[in-house]
Amino acid sequence: MKKFLTSTVAASALALMLGMASARAEDAVDPNAKQGGAITVTYKDDVATLDPAIGYDWQNWSMIKSLFDGLMDYEPGTTNLKPDLAESYEIAPDGKTFTFKLRHGVKFHNGREMTADDVKYTIDRVTNPKTQSPGAGFFGSIKGYDDVAAGKAEGLSGITVVDPYTVKFELTRPDATFLHVMAINFAHVVPKEEVEKYGADFGKHPVGTGAFKLAEWTLGQRIVFERDPDYWHKGLPHLDKVTFEIGQEPIVALLRLQKGEIDIPGDGIPPAKFQEVMADPEQKARVVVGGQLHTGYVTMNTTMAPFDNVKVRQAVNMAINKDRIVQLINNRAVPANQPLPPSMPGYDKEFKGYPHDVAKAKALLAEAGHPDGFETQLFAMNTDPNPRIAQAIQQDLAAVGIKASIQSLAQANVIAAGGDKAGAPMIWSGGMAWIADFPDPSNFYGPILGCAGAVPGGWNWSWYCNKDLDAKAAEADSVVDPAKSGERDKMWSAIYDKIMADAPWAPVFNEQRFTMKSARMGGADNLYVDPVHIPINYDNVYVTDVQ
Amino acid sequence: MIPYLGRRVIQSLLILLGVSLITFALLYLLPADPVRQIAGRSATPQTVENIRRQLGLDQPFVVQYWHYLMSLLSGDLGRSYIQRSEVTELIVSRLPASLLLMVGAILCELLIGLTMGLIAAVKRGTTTDQTLMVASFVGVSAPQFVVGLLLLYVFAVRLGWFPIGGYGSWRHLVLPSLTMGILGAGWYARMMRSSMIDVLRQDYVRTARAKGLARGAILFRHALPNAILPVIAMVGIDIGIFMGGIVVVESVFGWPGIGQLAWQAIQRVDIPIIMGVTLVSAFAIVLGNLLADIVAPFIDPRIKLR
Repeated sequence: MKKFLTSTVAASALALMLGMASARAEDAVDPNAKQGGAITVTYKDDVATLDPAIGYDWQNWSMIKSLFDGLMDYEPGTTNLKPDLAESYEIAPDGKTFTFKLRHGVKFHNGREMTADDVKYTIDRVTNPKTQSPGAGFFGSIKGYDDVAAGKAEGLSGITVVDPYTVKFELTRPDATFLHVMAINFAHVVPKEEVEKYGADFGKHPVGTGAFKLAEWTLGQRIVFERDPDYWHKGLPHLDKVTFEIGQEPIVALLRLQKGEIDIPGDGIPPAKFQEVMADPEQKARVVVGGQLHTGYVTMNTTMAPFDNVKVRQAVNMAINKDRIVQLINNRAVPANQPLPPSMPGYDKEFKGYPHDVAKAKALLAEAGHPDGFETQLFAMNTDPNPRIAQAIQQDLAAVGIKASIQSLAQANVIAAGGDKAGAPMIWSGGMAWIADFPDPSNFYGPILGCAGAVPGGWNWSWYCNKDLDAKAAEADSVVDPAKSGERDKMWSAIYDKIMADAPWAPVFNEQRFTMKSARMGGADNLYVDPVHIPINYDNVYVTDVQ
Repeated sequence: MIPYLGRRVIQSLLILLGVSLITFALLYLLPADPVRQIAGRSATPQTVENIRRQLGLDQPFVVQYWHYLMSLLSGDLGRSYIQRSEVTELIVSRLPASLLLMVGAILCELLIGLTMGLIAAVKRGTTTDQTLMVASFVGVSAPQFVVGLLLLYVFAVRLGWFPIGGYGSWRHLVLPSLTMGILGAGWYARMMRSSMIDVLRQDYVRTARAKGLARGAILFRHALPNAILPVIAMVGIDIGIFMGGIVVVESVFGWPGIGQLAWQAIQRVDIPIIMGVTLVSAFAIVLGNLLADIVAPFIDPRIKLR
């Protein structure tokens, strides 16, 4: 592997293209894995769409990953980036040009070879307003994006097909997250002819380069994935078939798992049965626990009195008893003290956060001119356990003199209130909380804590806008050199520490994932709590009872 | 008969128009913004506005409703916001399952209800009668999700006689049909009982008894056909109760019908599907009532259609 060099001389940067990463061998495949077999996964709700440009919920996210591939991906079970459909990539020293060399001989499920034209077509399609992709904004740093988004151009001027196996992206600014963007589903490569053939129904007839191909989709009943024997990554996938059965309540799914009829209950262990399952050693042994790129938090509207006073916000941080809330949800989470979840790069292990300290909270309130507290409203989503958590927060606040009345509403109504500047003083984020799109610290900033999100209809429900931090964030994201990623993570840690000093949020907990599987499922535990494949990494798991 | 029919059809169409208007208005007034739902949390305001314009959701209410009505006339129920496919296709693919469940439920409720009613009428005033009537009352009042889960637990999980939810064979059909049927059976038991008691009081029954006809022959050959017809004519009206029940029962049993579709759509604010299922259900109810009214005079000539 060639070493990535940074040039300090701007002039030389123009000419030099320095290589990064290379002809790496394909990832090792688990030597214990057995080939063949079929598994059954259950879900309650219909699968929305399998079009990578559209699909954006945790149910179809992992399914799309198995049908399609992107230029980049992550090592199974981790957050480490690796080239996928790309064989290697080069980043220009100014961090504004990314050149990808494509793998040869990668075939779509229809038999045609994937080339650089498909990559360009894919990104042009996802950014085209007519596609109505919820992920179009991720590609905002590519040259020509604004024209395409405004409907003034059909394709992005920043993407060039150099030759059938080389594609070049020019950006308007250095973007350290660009490799992650190339790994998210929205950038997964689609074949033009199939998209045009099915039009708006491509999501029901997905054709990609992924490990599995769609074999059957009976609306409302089942979806069947079949192993693609021509998959470019030799040795994968291990399973011959994955059947998704739709319309099964989580409680029914658990009963069927106990009877050995299914392998993975996709919606997880129903909360009502959680303690029962964990109390039974035989069942507990089949539960895999892992982190999740999720933080549950209370937002405080920094533009509304009295939350415009930082001392009040800090007092709220100290008032909330996070340990008790974690107990309330059967320890399905760990207490949080900062916006980033522990499994996210840039998480500050040294950071202590605000302690639970009622006396200090009262003192801060008195300093802020509210010795007797004040009345306010706490918005929360109306599905269990969120009203219970909101009540716990209400009690904690009452202990320091803050009388919060709970507004328990449907999800859409809470989101609407949060996106309205005068809408909600406090919101408990449960059920709507941020889960990262990709494992990069920047993903917790822009939309939910940055100025860009503090707009009507935005997700920055604290309406916290710190121009200084926005500048620091831009600076961190211009550190494109992967060799400096440690440094960049530190810059992000500092940003989040500063945010916590301003305390627009009271972080409460990070949800843990509990994936239950049948006894015959094999493969490393981290495949079952894969940070990007939720619930599991279908490509890499296997069953032990074949052959 | 013909003018009556014409009037009823026009009435039915007006009802459907009213249902569509009210549902559309309610969904329009919903504080949830469907565009934000479609656009997702990462969308820029520009993307949101662009989607709003493309779906015509930036238009005033009257214009939106007019467009909806016009496409409805050509049989187009629109596209689902979340599932991104034709609502007509989604409903059509799930309709057979709901119809099958309806047939199963009607069979169950008739079989159980009529039998109970018959026995209660014959044993009028006895403990058997009282027990059956209390049972029918419990059947009518028990919440369907409780009955469903109970049946599921006892007969599928504990005894293993039937599969735990799902769809495919006749064995899958039994428990959901029974759950739906128990509710209807309560009504039918009560109607059958009073209808049968009425008939048994009739002179011709007394005559038959006086001339020494066997008890079974009186009951089954002479009384039953007269008592059962008015009860069966109620099946058409039943469709209303049925449409209310499928949402719960289909969700409990994982039955892939339109009730389950509606439930999911409600949770995800998928307005085109909610509209579509509401209209289809309203259509079924209106049709059921119409049929019940038309059939009635054939069964009982004393009823005249005017």
